[in-house]
Amino acid sequence: MSDEAVTVRDLRKRYGQMVALDGVSFEIHRGETFALLGPNGAGKSTTIEILEGYRDRSSGEVDVLGTDPGHSTLAWKAKLGIVLQSTAEAGTMTVTEQLRHFAGLFPRSRDVDEVIDATGLREKAKVRISKLSGGQRRRVDVALGIIGRPELLFLDEPTTGFDPEARRDFWSLIRQLKAEGTTILLTTHYLDEAAQLSDRAGVINHGRLIDIGRIDEIGEADARVPIVRWRDRDGIRQRRTTEPAALVTALAAEFGHEPPELEVIRPSLEDIYLDLVADDAAAESAVSETEEVVA
Amino acid sequence: MTAVANDTDTSRPRAAARPRILANGMSRIRYEVKTYFRSPDAVFFTFLFPVIMLGIFTSAFSSSGDIVPARGEAGVSVGAYYLPGLVAAGLLLSGVQNLAIEIAGEKSNGTLKRLGGTPLSPVSYFIGKIGQVFVTGTLQVALLLVVARVVFGIALPTEPEVWLRFAWVFVLGITTSALLGIALSALPRSGRSASAVILPVVLVLQFISGVYLQFYLLPDWMQNIASVFPLKWMAQGMRSVFLPDSFAKLEVHDSWELGWIALVLLGWLVVGLVLSRITFRWIRKDG
Repeated sequence: MSDEAVTVRDLRKRYGQMVALDGVSFEIHRGETFALLGPNGAGKSTTIEILEGYRDRSSGEVDVLGTDPGHSTLAWKAKLGIVLQSTAEAGTMTVTEQLRHFAGLFPRSRDVDEVIDATGLREKAKVRISKLSGGQRRRVDVALGIIGRPELLFLDEPTTGFDPEARRDFWSLIRQLKAEGTTILLTTHYLDEAAQLSDRAGVINHGRLIDIGRIDEIGEADARVPIVRWRDRDGIRQRRTTEPAALVTALAAEFGHEPPELEVIRPSLEDIYLDLVADDAAAESAVSETEEVVA
Repeated sequence: MTAVANDTDTSRPRAAARPRILANGMSRIRYEVKTYFRSPDAVFFTFLFPVIMLGIFTSAFSSSGDIVPARGEAGVSVGAYYLPGLVAAGLLLSGVQNLAIEIAGEKSNGTLKRLGGTPLSPVSYFIGKIGQVFVTGTLQVALLLVVARVVFGIALPTEPEVWLRFAWVFVLGITTSALLGIALSALPRSGRSASAVILPVVLVLQFISGVYLQFYLLPDWMQNIASVFPLKWMAQGMRSVFLPDSFAKLEVHDSWELGWIALVLLGWLVVGLVLSRITFRWIRKDG
């Protein structure tokens, strides 16, 4: 058995003239939680749907649990759990009925009641899915994704529509699955979620992977340097420094009193990510400008 | 990975797959039947429709006297005359109309995408759909016959060999209809347009095939067109079951043509099977 649950090499996808993926490569190790981050339309969902076997690729190599998703088998699908972006199904079954049915489709499924409890659906167990709120339906999606006891779990924006408490519950569920050895591929808009859950992350933009690494390594070293921000006569000032305490002390001495609106900011994953995507966009427009000049 | 390891990897699940496909198919049938009876659209426009039409025909023409095969011969009431056509219409509605609209909807609302991500074989899914049509079609015709007998006092055949004929026309008709429904579900571009695409096809077929209009009164060209499609033959088969043999002379070739009924329905069954197999996808891969 390979150490990699997922291997992607130079993955490309074109829709007619539109290039959706332009040479993406990464691996996901067994047992790892990997987050795929990026703005809307960057290619996250295209990537995840190619790995799930829903889309064909234009070129490149893909291996998911030892199988090429382009030639999937039922035995291979039995090892996957897929939580798609939200769907609009009729929902005529109750939560329990739906889970029981799907449990029956998998060879070594989890206990239905356990999954209902783990996803916080106990009170809604006997309610038809069509009668649930958006967030509750999303819990059902997650429950259906894990009912088959997957080796590899795909979560495409799983917590959309969750209230903060539901997201915390979901996080602890994911940690539990991870502790059981499940490999997880997560896409999310919530960077705090990626920071909470994932071991590593890849940032995708305009169909290219612009960064990949451990969550505490994403972005350049500079991007992690703390920022000290304060107000003086000219307005808001900020400075990056590896010694924020020294700078604050100096500022206090300079002002002779509390510096107004003083903040020390340790860049969050979100800040780093936004910098990354903005830099990439700047680089992109710089390239297209030079091209225009040449033309 | 070596070739030997590859062999064992694929052959073992495959040997275990067949009973699994069947078991999943059975589980799908239960699921599909439950879904059907929880969908008000399906229950009203598919399940109860023939019963309602029988009620309308019987009441509307209650005073217009019997329909006779020839002058001076014994006839049957208008309700009794329309009963076989409505039984046939039930086959068409339960199969073609119900499945074509339902599957098109499942395609566009994400149901099929979700199922496509599970180890459910498309064969099990088909078993589920055909089983749903079989169960609901059987209940539908049972209800229709009970209402016809009890409410409208329409006499039903008593000879066992006629009921045997009913059984094969019904099984052949419902299976053909189910497969054609699966095949036709590929036609609508979206779930929302499905009714608009499918209903006219089904409605026109019912008018030209002798469900709402007496087939022997239709012009030849219309009869010829209808003869290409399966509903005309289902209706003819059901007339052979529910009408006295003296009515056979009203048919195009003065006979029930049971052999042709079997042949044409079998032909459409194969067409439906092949088309379903070719056109069915869990999702449009690059739509």
